[in-house]
Amino acid sequence: MTTKLFGEPVRRREDARLIIGKGRYLDDIGAGALAAAFVRSPHAHARITDVDVEAALDVEGLVAIYTYEDLTGPMAEPLPVLIPHPQLHAPRTGYALANGMVNHVGEPVVMVVATDRYLAEDAAERIVVTYEELPVVVGVDAAREARAVVHEDIPDNVAARHHQETGDVEPTLAASPHTLSFTQYIERSACMPLEGKGVHARWDPDDASLRVHSSTQASTSVRAAIAAKLELSLDRVEVVAPDVGGGFGVKIVHPWPEELLVPMAAIRLGHEVKWAEDRREHFISSAHERQQRQEITVGYDDDGRITALDVHVWHDNGAYTPYGIIVPIVTATQLVGPYALPVYRVVVESVYTNTVIVTPYRGAGRPQGCYAMERTMDRVADALGLDRAEVRRRNLITPDQFPYDHHLTFQDGRPVIYDSGDYPGLLDKLVALVGWDEAAALRADAQARGKLLGVGMALYVEGTGPGPYEGGHVQVLGSGKVLVSTGLTSQGQGHETVFAQIVASELGVSMDDVEVHTGDTRRFGYAVGTFASRAAVMSGNAVALAARGVREKAIRIAAEVLEANPEDLEIDEGLVQVKGTPGASIPLRTVAVLSNPLRYAFDEAAKQATQFAGPGDDSKPPVAPGDAPGLEHRDYYSPIRSTFASGAHAAVVEIDPQTWEIDVVRYAVVHDCGNVVNPMIVEGQVHGGVAQGVGGALYERMAYDADGQLQNASFMDFLMPYASEVPDVVIDHQETPSPLNPLGIKGAGEAGVIPGTAAIASAIEDATGRRIASMPISPTELYDLMRDETAERTAASQQTSLQTGVPA
Amino acid sequence: MTSVDTPRIDSERTVRVTVNGVPREATVPVRRVLADALRDDLGLTGTHVGCAHGVCGSCTVLVDGDPVRSCLVLAVQVDGAEVTTVEGLAREDHQGGQVLHPVQEAFRECHALQCGFCTPGFLVTIAAGLEARDRSAEITEEEVDELVGGNLCRCTGYANIKKAVRHAAATMREDAS
Ligand code: FES
Ligand code: FES
Repeated sequence: MTTKLFGEPVRRREDARLIIGKGRYLDDIGAGALAAAFVRSPHAHARITDVDVEAALDVEGLVAIYTYEDLTGPMAEPLPVLIPHPQLHAPRTGYALANGMVNHVGEPVVMVVATDRYLAEDAAERIVVTYEELPVVVGVDAAREARAVVHEDIPDNVAARHHQETGDVEPTLAASPHTLSFTQYIERSACMPLEGKGVHARWDPDDASLRVHSSTQASTSVRAAIAAKLELSLDRVEVVAPDVGGGFGVKIVHPWPEELLVPMAAIRLGHEVKWAEDRREHFISSAHERQQRQEITVGYDDDGRITALDVHVWHDNGAYTPYGIIVPIVTATQLVGPYALPVYRVVVESVYTNTVIVTPYRGAGRPQGCYAMERTMDRVADALGLDRAEVRRRNLITPDQFPYDHHLTFQDGRPVIYDSGDYPGLLDKLVALVGWDEAAALRADAQARGKLLGVGMALYVEGTGPGPYEGGHVQVLGSGKVLVSTGLTSQGQGHETVFAQIVASELGVSMDDVEVHTGDTRRFGYAVGTFASRAAVMSGNAVALAARGVREKAIRIAAEVLEANPEDLEIDEGLVQVKGTPGASIPLRTVAVLSNPLRYAFDEAAKQATQFAGPGDDSKPPVAPGDAPGLEHRDYYSPIRSTFASGAHAAVVEIDPQTWEIDVVRYAVVHDCGNVVNPMIVEGQVHGGVAQGVGGALYERMAYDADGQLQNASFMDFLMPYASEVPDVVIDHQETPSPLNPLGIKGAGEAGVIPGTAAIASAIEDATGRRIASMPISPTELYDLMRDETAERTAASQQTSLQTGVPA
Repeated sequence: MTSVDTPRIDSERTVRVTVNGVPREATVPVRRVLADALRDDLGLTGTHVGCAHGVCGSCTVLVDGDPVRSCLVLAVQVDGAEVTTVEGLAREDHQGGQVLHPVQEAFRECHALQCGFCTPGFLVTIAAGLEARDRSAEITEEEVDELVGGNLCRCTGYANIKKAVRHAAATMREDAS
């Protein structure tokens, strides 16, 4: 690489438009569009007995009303089960508009289209839907008991039973010197991007084609879904993700009902139609994640080495399973973390409840897995009276054990084989960074100030960058501009910058000449999407390969022109030159012109190129067999399996024993995502993830009541962290490159959020001496726990009380 | 009893506002919130609506210099006022270009935005705050917390936004001296 950009904290190019208000988000598009609004179910479980639209008909500006009766062909069928799995034995999905039944509050029942959103909502308000209410299932425990059922034909509410094991758990547990068992819970939160979902569709009747903009993480798949559901040929549909105001997983799900209904209405009405989700809609009709009940039994020896781990997870998947069982599979397989577990068994039962669907939210099952494993480590340490860091250290996979095969099957159907890492290194750095060994002094200092202080840690390994593939296209224009496109989408991760860095470095051009496009099916038709920390790994490597293809072709053409040996050529700052021979060079843009034998002299570039153009060999065709005109290359990166990033977090909490307010006073992160393309962007991802981790541990939960009503469906009541709730984060890095891909990178998008709940639970437990077995935890809950005589105390706290004579 | 003239929600009024220094006029239904009027009637889509209930701050604009949540204000309420949106933070450089406000520069320099959806609200709030304080004084952490404390961002974890505030304050301090 002649132009050093890879690895530099290059400032983001997307910012130039975003800081002056010239971003183009979904709702900024289509000023003349008709507006859609939805009548959504107010009940969690009900039969629809009547839909009366009469009163809405005289609302001024009303254009159309659609109910299930208006859906035809594939649109009248259930929404697809995107990711079927043999162990998902009872998949269920909803309809674009409810077909006689509703299974959660917020399910769309009627779509209204009017000349503006205010009027559409006026009309929606006047539509009377009559429901016959049915018994409601909320929460994993109610689902397990199955006194009521979500889907009539699934009497136990169980959608899937997923099971993996690496050996004989029962005999190993029986032979273990010690065992312990416990049950713990983790609650629901949600992605909550600041921009909700949104769809805009325009039908061109002359061209018989549809252009859809969607605030999505998977434009190519939305396109395929629309084509299938609306019975259009794929080439008649294009889908573009504009600037997207955050995703974090919720926008990977597709097709959302609105992604089908808005285009359907646009075609039927012959007019642009737009829908922009409002915040309440987002709370009650987009996806949530995280609720699980975890039953854990662990066997271990006197030194704290784990002999066997047996985990039974009850996973709340909400009302439907459009995204299959990806989240519980990720929990099941990522739970093992950085540890060598001789025997591991996991059973996940994924259950239906009358609540919003559960699909990946940043981390996608990993925070729950980490919570299970790391809290197990804490319990083992406590039972043996050992230091929590030491117990972890004794169980870590060591650097000489890579590639490390867990004998598990990952979400992509591939084996869980860790590619590289240095987990003891992470732990050492973390202990130093947070000051683990000085905890006693910190505690004493806090005590003097009337506060309880605790420290906690959590380690994780994160499968990142799963396949099957991403592609990249790189083209050099006669102007010297380098166009880069990849099909996956961006929601703020800085892909325009990162991919430009990679291409500029690979090709030897200035970053200013590189223009990157993502998530636009007009430019790149094959893509998988942005999720599972895969963008940098997948598209990063794909655009690198495409750039290498362009480079090779450029050097081949330039070698002929310069009559030089290709090996002697290099590209630097957009100039193809003979190494060490100044003057013997040709600009890359001229090579681009030369690469096309048809050269009308429209411009200076073409005129210039003629001086280099040879007479050509009369005996050969102008474009050789196997060659193509143009200086461009398309390539795909398809990995054999995921890379595995890793990290370790520690939290120091201070608790006020009067108010039981919990304050995270220090938060330390050690992070390893292989080679880093742009450290500034990676740190930004870590910061954002940690904030969501803290939110999930202390503030955020979806408060459903027993009737399935979401009690806190607003930013007023759902406590997303402001700056005042987010601790300062100190970060240290480690880089163990991945041997699996050309750039040696691993993903970084989700890491920050994964260990938050586990680390903070551990710290609170350390501070209070009470077992923390349900997260998130609020000051009120902690207060109740402290007053509960029957609440379990940690062994460590009992020892302290024996020594000091102070009741724990 | 005197009868109050309560306008119907769909009746219209003409509103005259100076937006980013330019006098503008729009005839809007009386129930239209300022955010929608700016975005849909005046085409200024830099102001974003993240919650529409006054909590997130993405829709913040300046009304007569003060930060206001434009999702909670009716367009008719700002008749006669001066409104500044994110589009109006940069100044003309008299050569056909623009000079960014120091806080805009700082956001870019400090990587204080990711998806950028919350950014306009932070920018106008912080810009107003920094303009209002004594520029020659070094900014305190309390001031920084105050300036960023009322807006939600789901992407950045706020660390770099705070950094950008310090950075912008330092630039403005240099410029002032
Ligand atoms: S949109 Fe106005 S405060 Fe959220
Ligand atoms: S940058 Fe995305 S919400 Fe703040």
